[in-house]
Amino acid sequence: MGHGGGGAMSGELIEQLFLPAYGGAARADLGDSAVLAVPGLREGARLAFSTDSFVVRPMFFPGGSIGDLAVNGTVNDLAMSGATPLYLSTAYILSEGTALADIGRVATAVGKAAESAGVQLVTGDTKVVDSGSGDGVYVNTAGIGIVPAGVEIGPTRAEVGDVVLVSGDIGVHGIAVMSCREGLEFGTRIESDTAALHGLVADLLGTGVDVRVLRDPTRGGVSATLNEIARASGVGIELVERDLPIPPEVKDACGLLGLDPLQVANEGKLLAVVPADGAEQVLEAMRRHPLGSGAARIGRCVAEHPRMVVARTGLGGTRVVDLPIGEQLPRIC
Amino acid sequence: MTGVVVVAPTRVRVRVTVSGLVQGVGFRPFVYVTASALGLTGRVANTPAGVLAEVEGDTVAVTEFRRRLVAEAPPLAVVEAVEHGEVPARGGTGFTIEATTDGEGRTLASPDVATCSDCLAELADPGDRRHRHPFITCTNCGPRFTIITRLPYDRAGTTMADFAMCAACRAEYDDPTDRRFHAQPIACHDCGPTLELVVGGDLRSGEGALRGARDLLAAGCIVAVKGLGGYHLACDAGNGAAVAELRRRKRRGDKPFAVMTRDLAAAERLVRATGPERRLLTGGRRPIVLLPRREGAAVAAAVAPGHPLLGLMLPYTPLHVLLLEEPGPRSLVMTSGNRSGEPIVTDDQDALDRLASLADGWLRHDRRIEVPCDDSVARFVAGAELPLRRSRGHAPLPVALPFDVSPVLATGGDLKNTCAVASGRYAWLSQHVGDLDDLATQDALASSVAHLEELTGVDPGLVVTDAHPGYRAHRWARERAGDRPLRTVQHHHAHVASVMGEHGLAGGEEVIGVAFDGTGYGDDGAVWGGEVLVAGYGSYRRAAHLRYVPLAGGDASVRRPYRMALAHLWAAGVAWDDDLPAVGVCPVTERGVLRHQLETGFGAVPTSSMGRLFDAVSSLVGVRHTVDYEAEAAIELEVLAAGAAGAPDPVPTAYSFEVTGDEPLVADPAPVVRAVVADVRAGTAPDLIAARFHAAVADLVVRLAVHERTRSGLRTVALAGGVFQNAVLLESAERLLAGRGFTVLRPRLLPPHDGGLALGQILVGSRVRPRQ
Ligand SMILES: [Fe+3]
Ligand SMILES: [Mg+2]
Ligand SMILES: [Zn+2]
Ligand SMILES: [Zn+2]
Repeated sequence: MGHGGGGAMSGELIEQLFLPAYGGAARADLGDSAVLAVPGLREGARLAFSTDSFVVRPMFFPGGSIGDLAVNGTVNDLAMSGATPLYLSTAYILSEGTALADIGRVATAVGKAAESAGVQLVTGDTKVVDSGSGDGVYVNTAGIGIVPAGVEIGPTRAEVGDVVLVSGDIGVHGIAVMSCREGLEFGTRIESDTAALHGLVADLLGTGVDVRVLRDPTRGGVSATLNEIARASGVGIELVERDLPIPPEVKDACGLLGLDPLQVANEGKLLAVVPADGAEQVLEAMRRHPLGSGAARIGRCVAEHPRMVVARTGLGGTRVVDLPIGEQLPRIC
Repeated sequence: MTGVVVVAPTRVRVRVTVSGLVQGVGFRPFVYVTASALGLTGRVANTPAGVLAEVEGDTVAVTEFRRRLVAEAPPLAVVEAVEHGEVPARGGTGFTIEATTDGEGRTLASPDVATCSDCLAELADPGDRRHRHPFITCTNCGPRFTIITRLPYDRAGTTMADFAMCAACRAEYDDPTDRRFHAQPIACHDCGPTLELVVGGDLRSGEGALRGARDLLAAGCIVAVKGLGGYHLACDAGNGAAVAELRRRKRRGDKPFAVMTRDLAAAERLVRATGPERRLLTGGRRPIVLLPRREGAAVAAAVAPGHPLLGLMLPYTPLHVLLLEEPGPRSLVMTSGNRSGEPIVTDDQDALDRLASLADGWLRHDRRIEVPCDDSVARFVAGAELPLRRSRGHAPLPVALPFDVSPVLATGGDLKNTCAVASGRYAWLSQHVGDLDDLATQDALASSVAHLEELTGVDPGLVVTDAHPGYRAHRWARERAGDRPLRTVQHHHAHVASVMGEHGLAGGEEVIGVAFDGTGYGDDGAVWGGEVLVAGYGSYRRAAHLRYVPLAGGDASVRRPYRMALAHLWAAGVAWDDDLPAVGVCPVTERGVLRHQLETGFGAVPTSSMGRLFDAVSSLVGVRHTVDYEAEAAIELEVLAAGAAGAPDPVPTAYSFEVTGDEPLVADPAPVVRAVVADVRAGTAPDLIAARFHAAVADLVVRLAVHERTRSGLRTVALAGGVFQNAVLLESAERLLAGRGFTVLRPRLLPPHDGGLALGQILVGSRVRPRQ
């Protein structure tokens, strides 16, 4: 089952199962977070609302834990709509027999992450299921925040000529979790970069540049996220392979495992699509922020090959960057 | 009462429509000459439905006319159907050839044809007005497929529309008795395309361009040469430095280059050829033919490093003939003008841009190439042609189908892609499109489909593709299908159906399909590739397969055969000791990660691939541990085995697969792997190990076929899949099967590899009932 992989299969589940089943009750744009007009807010401001469930294994890995992800993930989903995150709910599903110490470590991580992100945990829930129905701790968080007037960020807004930026190294989190879970030795120790990104977002919005799209390339990696943007906006996206900030240890690990770094999950990173004339300004603002010191320009939106993402290779060719499917299968015959 | 009954000769008028490949091949003048010789009056015209003739005269002559129409049709014509019906007689005198008319229907376009002997004679004749004209052509030869922009085939529907005929050419074009009557690419020095050589900022034209290009080649430079279906990169095949430089610039690794020689005599100084091979070399299709290289042949080692075969072709355009004249190199490397992985370049500006870092000069002309078309490649195995790439000279000739199909499009596979459309009893396969990794090749797929649909008039109501959800060909089909139904076909079922189809097996028949290839998506989500399928067009049953081993890291294990070697060692319970070459080359860190992947299945998919087993053995023997191009390791193993073929094996049945289970049977390579390891450790010569391995695989084919015959009574075996490009294996499997009383079907018209998938997809996709 690859339906949780964040690639083509989860998209299919949403389009072919959930939306039809919901009927008239659902809005068609089941995005990472919803931006809603709510009566009583200040003129032009809107409510951002998002939820996410966290099932990562192992629960603790170099650089973080499921608790950090649960807070940062939802905070980031809100931040990617330009919202200032305010309140979070936390819901735990615990399997019977999970060590109390582990639950405590997760809860502590949740608290610390919330504090450092400046959000309040305002409601919650806990359920215990038979051991066998799961193992360890699963966490769901939901959050709300306020999108200020004038901020219009959305996946459909990328335009031909826009520039694609990334806030730092690609593939680090996924490889860290994977090597820890699998007990793999790649030679170099890699740590997850999980972080709350709304501070960084505030800085880049502060430039006054009309930021079109913001996304955190989590499941399915940069590849899945950019494919979604290309489709939603109807533009082509062209990356330049040598401009992609992929650390050598991620490259090596991917090489050994036969993975594409662009399909590996990230946590503390964002992708921004901005107008070309504001790109330099945004890039500088990002680089001044500690979470964006490795920011880079990686590509642009083009009129050619609409809805497709390609990468210009060192040889001058253009490799097609696919939406990942459930698992990486070889295509070579 | 006796008497003589005198039957007055009856005057009849018959309307005949000839459909098939009948335009641009001199069919109308043939009709004109035939009718005139029989004293018939009437008319002939090209219509979109084919050639339409009305002939009038006495019954006997009209009957004879109809006989000759089929029996004596022009050499390039392929008559698909002849319909006739009587119409009222009109009288009249003379016979007219009418202008092309519009209407419903479809005719077939011709492939490109090598320059004919008549044209070659004129090219060389100082008295001829087309002496040394690089674009000389007639109704019997020249460009077709690559210059046709639309049907019906007339001058306006080709890229020759850009050139206005001079009076002399026009007169020949209009004269039904002339060899150039309605030869659409007709041209001469006065009105035709012109040659140009671009070197740096320098421009030369005509003879100066030719001479300049030959000088560059003689000096060891690389020249981009615009041909029929695209640009070639050419250099002196006898100049090691030039060939090495071409390899370096193209980043080509060790993949062999093709060579073009001046003529057959020059070719035979480099290679040995049999009668049928000579006919293939000199025929109208003129593919690259793989032939055994002569000892001490005057070609640089870098042309085909370590390879006993040489890919050879003869000039097929007047420009090639002129380029290979004295003085200048007598043999040229001619490789597709492209950047690694991209389609062959056809556009002049693209050639300047994309080949900028590859070529020192550009020899080009101003006749546009409408669609790219690479050279075809073939070899002979056990006396019969084995196509390795079906492209120039073939496309867009149709393949006859064993049953009627509704209009359908098949998008093929991801490697060596060709697509196809079909309708009724014909399938039209595209030229070679290439590997679909890059955008340019995917664009080439889209334009190939559009061009095929234009040329054939097929408007597909059904789209068929491979079942692999990650194939670009699959995704492309899904995106383009729109409202049309999309059907997917299991990869190896398509391979087997393709071979059944080209042999004309009827709709209800079944075969024992042996499909051995690199990878194909299996119904269970595993990567298949060592399969025996009992197959009809509509369905199949998996009768046997190689035992699964983990393919760790997808494409990583394809590019690094040593990983497959380690996987097979692991599966066979052989320790990874450093004395084994395959183990020695695997870095220690990678070994740790790989072992973990094999043990836990992390990032690994089970595979029954025979191609990967060849890779593994190639690495175990120490032949090839990493590859630059697909099947490289397996090809080098074949070369070794072929070298050992002369020497009798002291232990001929040393290796044997273990076959267990029932439905399906499982063939375990572990005993073979262990035997290979034992031989490697005993210092057995690698060529002998390679030969024993090939013998074991051929023996497995026979054992599995015999087992299936016992079960189901089937006696026909179809050999399919890329592994059967291997001549040693194909030859021995075919011979052993025939010896056991099987009828053996092997690929003859289409390549065994994924370049032949589209036909199988058409047949299966048209036959299978859609699932609810
Ligand atoms: Fe295949
Ligand atoms: Mg999320
Ligand atoms: Zn000719
Ligand atoms: Zn002329």
